[in-house]
Amino acid sequence: MNTIWEIVATLSGTVLDVLPIALIIVFFQFFVFRKPPPNPQKMLTGFIYVLIGLSLFLVGLEKALFPVGRLMAAQLTDLEFIQGSAIGGAPGWRDYYWVYIFAFAIGASTTIAEPALMAVAIKANEVSAGAIGVWGLRIAVALGVALGIALGTWRIVVGIPVQYFIIPGYVLVVLQTWVAPKMIVPLAYDSGGVATSTVTVPLVAALGLGLAENVPGRDPLIDGFGLIAFACLFPIMTVMAYAQASTWVNRISRSKQK
Amino acid sequence: MIRIDVDNLSRFEGKGYGERVSNGIKALLQSMMRSSRDLLPIILVIAFFQIVVLQQPIPDFFDLVLGVFLVLLGLTCFLHGLDTGLFPIGESMAYAFARKGNVYWLLLFAFALGFGTTIAEPALIAVAKEASLITARAGLIPDDEAARGSYALGLRISVALSVGFAIVLGVFRILKGWPIHIMIMCGYAIVVVMTAIAPQKIIGIAYDSGGVTTSTITVPLVTALGIGLASSIRGRNPVIDGFGLIAFASLTPMMFVMAYGMINS
Repeated sequence: MNTIWEIVATLSGTVLDVLPIALIIVFFQFFVFRKPPPNPQKMLTGFIYVLIGLSLFLVGLEKALFPVGRLMAAQLTDLEFIQGSAIGGAPGWRDYYWVYIFAFAIGASTTIAEPALMAVAIKANEVSAGAIGVWGLRIAVALGVALGIALGTWRIVVGIPVQYFIIPGYVLVVLQTWVAPKMIVPLAYDSGGVATSTVTVPLVAALGLGLAENVPGRDPLIDGFGLIAFACLFPIMTVMAYAQASTWVNRISRSKQK
Repeated sequence: MIRIDVDNLSRFEGKGYGERVSNGIKALLQSMMRSSRDLLPIILVIAFFQIVVLQQPIPDFFDLVLGVFLVLLGLTCFLHGLDTGLFPIGESMAYAFARKGNVYWLLLFAFALGFGTTIAEPALIAVAKEASLITARAGLIPDDEAARGSYALGLRISVALSVGFAIVLGVFRILKGWPIHIMIMCGYAIVVVMTAIAPQKIIGIAYDSGGVTTSTITVPLVTALGIGLASSIRGRNPVIDGFGLIAFASLTPMMFVMAYGMINS
């Protein structure tokens, strides 16, 4: 019963969230195009679906994804669980290795199955005339996201400010953009956004906050955020690196044939 | 006047009622497939860690299962609603504006599109709420519902304004043909400078908000605008120009959220 009330309460909030976009469509339709929308009934049902869906999703998020992210962080950093592998004393960053493995697994598994990535990979194969393999690109993106989130959790455990990673990361991306094959650049940048699906973002955010709450000496506000930024940045690097490597391999094998 | 291409909007018209219903159910099932594909890897990894590695009891297990079910159902309805109600009209409007609109309407539409889609982005709603809880617990804002709500809304509005601004800038860039690399590098430079002066407590949230925006609603509509625009101007490449809008949209939120943090502290 409680859940039903929560959904109803959330529904009133979601109306306000979706209202701007409805107003924009109505405004431009009537004042600029000067005619009613082509299929108002279908549009209205669509909006009702969006409203109900968004409300259910947000309530489910509070009940499942956020708590699970927090719970995993709490259990994986639990002293008793860690003591099994480390003996005595305060745990060092090495003792949290299950955290990094979990982060890596979440990053890799959610990315490799992502349908949007398939489309990007097929397109990359086309524009590179076969030099960039479909599977190679998918693995490059998944590896990038997994490494990004794993490194991000390590950063939280150690407590280094987030900008010390992200800003050098940008510098590297800029340098890579300079030398990478031109046609891969847009796809590489796109692959950064592919990783951040609506389900992954809240879970990863909760994992980071949970870690910062449970590792001694960390402040959730300063250390807890930043995992999503890592997940977006790293695939850009790995995709450009992969494209570059495969062009080199192609060039070498071609010169050998001659 | 601008004409909307209604061909793909009226696909289902002229068919029998029963056929339309069965088509609707088919589409709904397809959305369900999509959302379960998003959820399944997460469930598998977590189940593996719980059963093999952690081997500890899970508190509120029933609530968790209910929550996962709600997420699945909610995402299904949400995606289905977007596919039937929002994307067809949004995309055809974006195309129509890009192809024949006058520049002022086009820029206004670009801003409205960026702002409106970002405000409704589910991942942003969730993360902004979480950020407000953490900020309140740290004692930076009063810990009551009203203060937290207005902080979260302020965060979302900053991000939405920044995405609106980014799309306007990106459209302007496509019209003028400015080089994208230089603009993105300038953007990074501004982010670096702002990081140096912004309070440390906002930086993590700001960096994350760049990734949150490139999620479910914004990307398809904005890409439609970019591709429509690029394919209607001679000498523009749809692949490069369409992507440019999204690249800007994940850059400007960092600046705007850091600015929000500076104003708030």
